[in-house]
Amino acid sequence: MDPVLLSRIQFGLAAGFHFIFPPLTLGLTVIILIVESIFYKKRIKLYRELNTFLVKILALIFSVGVATGIVLEFSFGTNWSTYSRLVGDIFGAPLAAEAVFAFFLESVFIGILIFGRTKVSPRVYLLSAFLVCFGSHLSGLWIIIANSWMQTPAGFEMVNGQAVLTDFLAAALNHSTVERYSHTIIGAWITGSLFAAAIGAWYLLKEREMKYARVLVKISLLMFIGSSFLQFATGHMHAVQVERTQPVKMAAFEGLWDSKEGAPLSLFGIPVAKDKKTYLEIGVPNVLSLMLYGEPQAKVRGLNEFPQELHPPVFITFTTYHAMIALGTLFAFISLLGIYLMKKEKLYTTKWFLKLIIIASPLPVIANDLGWMAAEIGRQPWAVYNVLKTSQAASVVVSGWEILLTIIMFTILYALLFFFFMKFLFYIIKKGPSEFANTEGYGGE
Amino acid sequence: METLTILQIIWFFLLGILFMGYSVLDGFDLGIGAAFPFLTKGNEGRQTALIQSIGPVWDGNEVWLITAGGALFAAFPHAYATVFSGFYLPLMLVLLGLIFRAVSIEFFSLDKKNRKLWSATFFIGSVIPSILFGVALGNLIQGVPLDSAMEYRGTFFTLLRPFPLVCGFLGLAAILMQGFTYAAIKTQDDLHRDSIIGAMKVLPVYGILFALSTVLAFLCVEGAACNVLAWVCAVIFYIVLALTYLSLKQGMEIKAFILSSLSFLSLWGIVAAVQFPILIKSSMPGIADITIYNASSGKLTLSVMLGIAILGVPPVLAYTIYVYRIYRGKISHIDMNTSKNK
Repeated sequence: MDPVLLSRIQFGLAAGFHFIFPPLTLGLTVIILIVESIFYKKRIKLYRELNTFLVKILALIFSVGVATGIVLEFSFGTNWSTYSRLVGDIFGAPLAAEAVFAFFLESVFIGILIFGRTKVSPRVYLLSAFLVCFGSHLSGLWIIIANSWMQTPAGFEMVNGQAVLTDFLAAALNHSTVERYSHTIIGAWITGSLFAAAIGAWYLLKEREMKYARVLVKISLLMFIGSSFLQFATGHMHAVQVERTQPVKMAAFEGLWDSKEGAPLSLFGIPVAKDKKTYLEIGVPNVLSLMLYGEPQAKVRGLNEFPQELHPPVFITFTTYHAMIALGTLFAFISLLGIYLMKKEKLYTTKWFLKLIIIASPLPVIANDLGWMAAEIGRQPWAVYNVLKTSQAASVVVSGWEILLTIIMFTILYALLFFFFMKFLFYIIKKGPSEFANTEGYGGE
Repeated sequence: METLTILQIIWFFLLGILFMGYSVLDGFDLGIGAAFPFLTKGNEGRQTALIQSIGPVWDGNEVWLITAGGALFAAFPHAYATVFSGFYLPLMLVLLGLIFRAVSIEFFSLDKKNRKLWSATFFIGSVIPSILFGVALGNLIQGVPLDSAMEYRGTFFTLLRPFPLVCGFLGLAAILMQGFTYAAIKTQDDLHRDSIIGAMKVLPVYGILFALSTVLAFLCVEGAACNVLAWVCAVIFYIVLALTYLSLKQGMEIKAFILSSLSFLSLWGIVAAVQFPILIKSSMPGIADITIYNASSGKLTLSVMLGIAILGVPPVLAYTIYVYRIYRGKISHIDMNTSKNK
């Protein structure tokens, strides 16, 4: 049993499962902040009651997010201790900063959101909603800073094989932080808004909680529409940055083997690393060159330009990337339908569209995980791009069977957590805002 | 003294403060978990009351651990790497406990049919970390087998020597004291009475475990017996413990909680006195200890981190105190009375 491979599987499992929850949290805190602001201004009871309900869902998502997030902070030491030794000088600081600047804020003030409605003034409650929203977004920034440093390391020098910080700002605002942060945040807004819209849509279909549902669907769908279009802009920015900083990853994204002037934008294909060839290729000529360089005839470097041992696993990088984009396109399509129905004032009564929202609501979560996979698998064989190989990063004293044991443990644990999470999510939704209107505290109280 | 040395020393104590903050604050909600079956005896009203007493604050308390972990990683990456990889299985158990505990608090309230289950997982999820934190610390103090690359070379069973085990139970006792005295502050009537009784029962065990750990420290930890500062802290510990007993007897629960916290802090004082400047003691002859000097990050990182701490920690303390003030006072027992007749 290869401990490195097992540690990769375990980290992938832990991060992939964790990453279901924070985007939902981020998106939902924005909606809660919007609803709370409206309540603060208009003092209409409906908005307050809607938020009491939304906060209960947030509390559930947040608790699973916190519980699964702590695993990741431990993982760098438990499974990737060589990595921690070699780059701890840079990598640890953003994690500590995240806790001090952001996670405290989020965790302390979510206590007010969940329990404090009757204990604080509307102004303090609104401020708490803002701080939870701000804190969760800031928390995401620090995590993306740490992760982006692995993609495009900067602000350091190597001394005796160890990375030593030379410029904190350069390390934090490295060559991909801004692009990756905006792309991830907009992804989170898409996720949270479609999720909230789906809850409203379900009530509309069931013809219950109508007054809450209309408000919820309207606010969240508007947010979804805006975010799903904006995501093309951030995605484009991000792609240009990947081409500039990690050209081999971009070549894998596109399944492009030979360097080419006027490279096509790949729509479909099955890249096979063994044959150095992409089968069943469908592409739009010149568009990749145009998008990455602004010129239809610009040269895009292919995989063959780089030594084969530095290629990421091409098939999985290509496929996850394309699946993510396909989902992103679907979201924009749903947005167009949404705009059309809003204009026709048929949004709340078009059953097939409401059903579509509900069916599509888990897809952004999947798109997030696919994008994350494309980014991280596309970085292989490096843990820190061009600095430290993943194969050199694992703990040396942890044996394969120990990791296997904990993989089994986490698999069972996360399956259970997911089961109960869904069960309680449906329980809260089935109860609905009117049942919770005058309650406070945890879901069932 | 060189700037780097000063920064390394500062970070030794800042880390200490973070772990102290974690012990005192998350200590009481871990303690509520560890005391759960003894205080509630399966009564749903009592369970609800206790869960509510920590509901708004436990999340923020746990962030102290996440901060301490991040700070350890950033300031002393080698110590972080050695401990976390070396103590792999125990730390995975800690994670398992923390995960179960976090979701149990939430699920308990949502799942009225399975409250027994979530009470049990809350209890187990609280007890496991409460013991294992002490076991881990005991090992760092007694020393573990290391190699010249700073890697841990013991086994799982190396960790279960007598001194670390006693430290584990000492930690559990300290956490139980936090839990019982906090419960006494937040509750009324018979639950309040039982909390005081619980604290008074744990207190002598706590004192005995400390004495036992001291005796074992004489045998296992080099230089512990003639460490003046440690002796001072030990005397303070017993004075504080006696005062805790008195305030419990007089029913002054807030004072008892503060004193219990002080006893916990004096234990940390002993750890600092015995350990400084060592982070992980080596039990292998000829292999150097992992200290704040050979395990630390560079000057720039430590300075940046200090800046982050100076900028970040005061607001955290301010709004934490603010939120605690919002939730001060006893929690209502409406649920408790209604569910008594079930």
